[in-house]
Amino acid sequence: MATTRKDGYRPGLVDISAGQVSREIFVNEEIYREELERLFARVWLFVGHESQIPKPGDYFVSGMGEESVILCRDRAGKVHVFLNSCRHRGMKVCRYDEGNTPVFTCPYHGWSYGTDGQLVGVPYFREAYHEKLDRSRWGLVEVPRTYLYKGTVWACWDSAAPPFLEYLGDFVRYLDLTLDGWDGSEGGTEILGGIQKWRIPCNWKFPAENFCGDSYHNISHRSVDLVGIGPSGTGRRDMRERQMARRLQVAFYERGHQTGVYLFPKDQATPPSYQHSPEVSEYFAHCEEERRKKRGEWGRLIGSPGEIFPNTALHPRQPRTIAVWHPRGAHQTEVWRWYVVDSAAPQEVKDFLRDYYIRYSGPGGMTEQDDMENWNYAHAASRGTIARRYPYSYEQGLGFETENYEWQGLRIPGTVMDITDAKSSEHNLRNLYRRWAEFMEAESWGELATWRLARAAE
Amino acid sequence: MDGNERISRLLLKQEVDEFLYYEADLLDARRYDDWLALLADDVRYWMPMRRNVKVDDLEREFTREGRDISWFDEGKQTLTRRVRQIQTGIHWAEEPVSRISHVISNIRLLEANPSWAEPAEVAVGCRFLVYRNRVETETDILVGKREDLLRRVEGELKITRRRILLDQNVLLSKNLTFFF
Repeated sequence: MATTRKDGYRPGLVDISAGQVSREIFVNEEIYREELERLFARVWLFVGHESQIPKPGDYFVSGMGEESVILCRDRAGKVHVFLNSCRHRGMKVCRYDEGNTPVFTCPYHGWSYGTDGQLVGVPYFREAYHEKLDRSRWGLVEVPRTYLYKGTVWACWDSAAPPFLEYLGDFVRYLDLTLDGWDGSEGGTEILGGIQKWRIPCNWKFPAENFCGDSYHNISHRSVDLVGIGPSGTGRRDMRERQMARRLQVAFYERGHQTGVYLFPKDQATPPSYQHSPEVSEYFAHCEEERRKKRGEWGRLIGSPGEIFPNTALHPRQPRTIAVWHPRGAHQTEVWRWYVVDSAAPQEVKDFLRDYYIRYSGPGGMTEQDDMENWNYAHAASRGTIARRYPYSYEQGLGFETENYEWQGLRIPGTVMDITDAKSSEHNLRNLYRRWAEFMEAESWGELATWRLARAAE
Repeated sequence: MDGNERISRLLLKQEVDEFLYYEADLLDARRYDDWLALLADDVRYWMPMRRNVKVDDLEREFTREGRDISWFDEGKQTLTRRVRQIQTGIHWAEEPVSRISHVISNIRLLEANPSWAEPAEVAVGCRFLVYRNRVETETDILVGKREDLLRRVEGELKITRRRILLDQNVLLSKNLTFFF
């Protein structure tokens, strides 16, 4: 495997077969700069939701890696993603978070751009430029690859990258667990108003690996479990449905995506949940039934945290959210979080969920507050000259993975670790770093799209 | 406003000042149960997020209470749970406990109902500066405006409504494990 190559990218940093990852990849600023180039400039990144820009001229300022981008719908209704920087001298052409505009006018020298990115206004075009500036060449820099999927908007700087759905592969079925309605209706979700943005003093990979499926950090959340914010009044989540299910970790080796899932037994109803509110409880019971009808065997599956490689986190089960871990230097992360609800849910259900989401997630969230403390000081204590010599251990469950996992008539795509009895493994975390190392080594997408090579060889 | 009214208002202002300073002292001394006792049972405690929007679109500056995601949108029950979480002794984000000072200033009485002399409710505006320092060097300074509605219950003032307008867009603190 590429990660153990002696002549490859900094040998020894990521050793998947031994289950070890060097602290350098979290704290080393040179590696961080290489990540921006080799990772963030080549992967598909989540930039927003179509419902944030429903009308022509609507825009939402988003981010890709360290850079500011404008997600915008032009006058003809087409969605674009532009680098938020004037072509003339680099000033941000938009410093609002969102809004509606006919043009983006740079406040420095006044170049202005249409919502399709074309340069439409240049002060003194006749007098100072003698009409010689070729305005068609100086439009906003546009992200060459964008893809809309069930309301979500994705973008990629690398023209050689595979199309978004190929980048996902069969993992798209797991992404659907976040984007479909709880009743299984295609793309039946919307986002709540208000995107949370906040800073954490740690490398972006700390939250990223946590959301890949760190099933081991129960002690982190012991205090909220004791106090109880779960939708049925105890713990931090409802657990009865989980207790009857197989608990699986699913990793896509070739692509770097991973998620947890719960697989319910065949012919057995889901136990009641959300019992603090009869209306919400009834809504979810109804959705469970509908989903099983609509989706058949696949309807027995519900998601738990996962990640589209490298930094889009999915939290498919309530609190249902999409989070992006934006890198802000090796030692800081800026989190952006979108909150997701079923579009068809009654207002009372949406209100109940919003309250629960705020209680659970984000800087005010009684669960995540403790995560951020851990990421902060894990990072801080790994920066020292001596500390960096000692790798982290990712050995949990190493060698217990299963291909072609099947349970009660449903085959699960991906390489699976069944942790129903084991309680935990680091299978999904290893997958993140396996793919990370491949990206840091590969010179081009030609080497990264290994599934194409396999197909060509056949 | 006649002379009697002005005196009533002045006395009320003094009472409100002392109440808000006392409240700040309770929080900073980590006397959370005593702090909870200052909240009315139907208290609304809300801290919206703030967007950068054009000057002609300022009604969209704040996320909406009861509609959108906010930093906080709480009632007494959930505030009590937040206190209980700190009191577990294993809420790692507050263990070891933070050193916090609330500096309250620019206190203004905005309205009293039904009258300055016999106020059942009084609306108060102020600025807050919340300084948090924890572990070794970790420091947060959060500044903003607060709009409180205080109600007189059996002679004592209680906080009925608190609107917290933090002057930040991207929150610069990793978490909000403390009260405003």
